[in-house]
Amino acid sequence: MNLTGVLEIARLSLEVSGLATAISLGLGLPLGTLLGLGRFHGRSLLLSLVNTGMGVPPVVVGLIVAMLLWRSGPLGSLDLIYTPGAIVIAQTAIATPVVIGLTSAALQALDPRLKLQLLGLGASRLQMVAALWREARLPLLAALMAGFGSVISEVGASMMVGGNILHHTRVLTTAIVLETDMGQFGTAIGLGILLLVITFLVNYALTAVQQRGKR
Amino acid sequence: MSAIVGIRDLLVRRDGKVVLQIEALTVERGQVTALVGPNAAGKTTLLLVLARLLKPERGDIWFDGKPVGSQGEVAYRRRIGLVMQDALLLDRSVFDNVSLGLRFRHLPKHEIHRRVDEWLSRLRIEHLRERPALKLSGGEAQRVALARAFVLEPELLLLDEPFRSLDEATRRDLLKDLKDLLPQGPTSTIFSSHTAEDLHELAQAEIVLRGGRLGF
Repeated sequence: MNLTGVLEIARLSLEVSGLATAISLGLGLPLGTLLGLGRFHGRSLLLSLVNTGMGVPPVVVGLIVAMLLWRSGPLGSLDLIYTPGAIVIAQTAIATPVVIGLTSAALQALDPRLKLQLLGLGASRLQMVAALWREARLPLLAALMAGFGSVISEVGASMMVGGNILHHTRVLTTAIVLETDMGQFGTAIGLGILLLVITFLVNYALTAVQQRGKR
Repeated sequence: MSAIVGIRDLLVRRDGKVVLQIEALTVERGQVTALVGPNAAGKTTLLLVLARLLKPERGDIWFDGKPVGSQGEVAYRRRIGLVMQDALLLDRSVFDNVSLGLRFRHLPKHEIHRRVDEWLSRLRIEHLRERPALKLSGGEAQRVALARAFVLEPELLLLDEPFRSLDEATRRDLLKDLKDLLPQGPTSTIFSSHTAEDLHELAQAEIVLRGGRLGF
């Protein structure tokens, strides 16, 4: 595998996992806030479902997404199976429960009277939520890191819905599996180190942001 | 003198138990009113109901001559200020904490700075302006919490046992300052405490609560 090929795979890995993490943040932050701050019937059941979702194996998520996107499946007309879009969908399904669960836990860890105090100072609901997000910024950034970590490192779902097609859906994890299967351990180790370096750099940047907010 | 707050036939239950029941009560405008009673008398419940942070099972409440339900919750709460038992400061600078309510109200930046600096000075904590709020002593934190409410210059100020967690010397010191600060301006204040001695020097009127009911 030449350098151009490696860079292409690395770029696609970052793009699909970055996009999936961003979408899971967009979905998970408001839903986690609702579960963390809201008091409504069925909340405990939803929290249990989310916590279960955090532990669902990626290969099971891959299976469900593959069935949905399969040409004869309910979303087959979208023609997404074996595309980067399919990997983004599967990875979003993996990361979203992680972001919801950790967001909810982060907000529940705050003093519950803080919400009343902010409202008592004249905050609208949105202003109150924004202030609480800022207050919980350290665990919320940890939720973001956990969400990214859960998708950049997974292989089962990407393999099942992406198909590991060269120049199209091959990402670092699926490439490592392929090279290992072919007995190309040197290449597999090199790709593994690259994956670790990318994961480290992204987490280092997020940790720097996280710790900057810590007094 | 007219009433700033009127209450009629108020009933609040928690877990099926009556925690507050008031047939009729008025709070006069421009006064400091002491809300006195032992622990679990219903003082915090009454203040939360007045702040519209707790919904009563029934009852009518008027504010400035109008039913509180006649305006939106946020608009209503922007006419009041609430200080809870603990300082409950945010993990930001003292300036950011004190300016919080003013920013919620979208006041211009220069007005926010003017008011915050004025109240930091009046509460003798201007030297703490840039300090992280979570690194303050108990007395300093409580002064910041008071400044955060006073800076709003609200029509009604609700203070829920703001001295509860302070040592005796700090409590005396803060009480002395409040004696000078509270009677100024058009703000009406309801100030709760479980020790009546705190409030005799400050208040012009007194409400006594026992077991969720008005007492004497």
